Amino acid sequence: MDALIDLLKHNPLMAREDVARLLGLTVDEVNARIDALEREGVIIGYQAVINREKWNPDTVSALIEVKITPERDGGFDRIASRISKFDEVQSCYLMSGGYDLLVLVEADTLRQVATFVSEKLSTIEAVVSTATRFRLKTYKENGAFHHFDVTPERLSVSP
Amino acid sequence: MSIPIADHVRDIPRSGIRDFFEIVQSMADVISLGIGEPDFVTPWHIREAAIYSLEKGRTGYTSNLGLPRLRRAISDTVHRATGVRYDPLSEVLVSVGVSEAIDAALRAILNPGDEVLYHEPCYVSYNPSVALAFGVARPIPTRAAAEFALTAADLEAAIGPRTKAVMLNFPTNPTGATMDRAQIEAIAEVCLRHQLVVLTDEIYSELTYDGREHFSIVSVPGMKERTIYLHGLSKAYAMTGFRIGYACGPNAVIEAMMKIHQYSILCASITSQDAATEALERGTPAMLRMRREYELRRNYIVSALNDMGLECFKPRGAFYVFPNITSTGLTSQEFSLRLLREKRVAVVPGPAFGPSGEGHVRCSYATGLDQIKIAMERMAEFVREVRAGQARSAA
Repeated sequence: MDALIDLLKHNPLMAREDVARLLGLTVDEVNARIDALEREGVIIGYQAVINREKWNPDTVSALIEVKITPERDGGFDRIASRISKFDEVQSCYLMSGGYDLLVLVEADTLRQVATFVSEKLSTIEAVVSTATRFRLKTYKENGAFHHFDVTPERLSVSP
Repeated sequence: MSIPIADHVRDIPRSGIRDFFEIVQSMADVISLGIGEPDFVTPWHIREAAIYSLEKGRTGYTSNLGLPRLRRAISDTVHRATGVRYDPLSEVLVSVGVSEAIDAALRAILNPGDEVLYHEPCYVSYNPSVALAFGVARPIPTRAAAEFALTAADLEAAIGPRTKAVMLNFPTNPTGATMDRAQIEAIAEVCLRHQLVVLTDEIYSELTYDGREHFSIVSVPGMKERTIYLHGLSKAYAMTGFRIGYACGPNAVIEAMMKIHQYSILCASITSQDAATEALERGTPAMLRMRREYELRRNYIVSALNDMGLECFKPRGAFYVFPNITSTGLTSQEFSLRLLREKRVAVVPGPAFGPSGEGHVRCSYATGLDQIKIAMERMAEFVREVRAGQARSAA
């Protein structure tokens, strides 16, 4: 299963025949395993990794550090899920250290991010403070490099 | 006058791989399955350790035996892999690749005329290395039917009055052959009975698949005393260009090898030794990732070869497959040359690894899957065309 998940993480579009060959399984077995992973919620989606320097480079994204007061019943979870529901929020993590939630936000303009922070995020009662950091450039995204491609020279036949 | 060349050097034939390499070099757009080195670049943390070493100005000689810290890391690594503990101060020598360690080991133990046995098909350097050490190389052919393992009976039959040592290389280049514990124990029993020295080249030992563990002959009780354990970082850690190998053995042998090493090489490059230390101390996760990738590619290539009707057992180690191509009616050389000229795919003819490799070609899967896929498609096409040609000429 580990090898299957690695293959899918790396390239979910790989032909199922190739996946089967690599794993020494039949196509039916591969399909059954992938179905099971999806059904059990191990795989929750498939996404293209976009080079942000090439596609809509003016899109704004920001990491927002959020300090919150946990609730007696829900802890951090209820507030986190409330924040996560906003369309602007791409990812939301509970962190150790100086703040509680790390929220990755994407929007078309700087103003939209500002509005989201001042009107949506900061106004939530449990939110104590926010610190917003804007992304300037992307070097690596989801394990894929945008630059620094290396093509080392190899001998064409060697012992 | 021309400078006369020593007889024993002149008599060594050019490597078959070299000849083939020249032809491949002269052609464009060739997909090569002929490469005996990892396609991965050395993991970044290891390269970074080499850069750091240079930055700190570590640019001098090291101890002849190698950096003490690296020797400790080697001792620990070998202990984990075999259960055998070598003293890092007196039983470990760091060499320039395993090739140098093999050369030094042979020169350290052989008197002129002493015989060395080795199983064949095998790595191209064994025979010449023995000859250069004034020994007599005696190949023992292995067979596809036995998945190219060395049998105790074949070994015993090859032993003569002047036989001094046997060289083992499992997993094997070029066949991918492996030996399980029982097979190795049978070989060890013969070696003990005939008082043979064993040189075991374990360069592919980490690259053992299907969840199996490589079993080294040095792990058999009584074998440490008569074994020279040879290994290196080139294959498992994708560090071929760093040129770091090592030898572990009884102090007297390491001491003798050290004399040869010290007067010919002095020491391995300190930058490479620092990188190797990083690899052995922290490189296991990266190594395991590469191993898994090789294993998947192996599954792919074996299945593709069998689908095109080229009989090929599924090797459990190294990164080579060694399919039988006799069903095409071609010799290994013809098959390889025509495949190269007609379909631009390079494989290495089996006889490059000894006469018993005839009827086979070596395909390396240390090449990206994209390339392997195209190569397999082209090769299947080639095999179909050759068979169609045969059918026509038969009719």
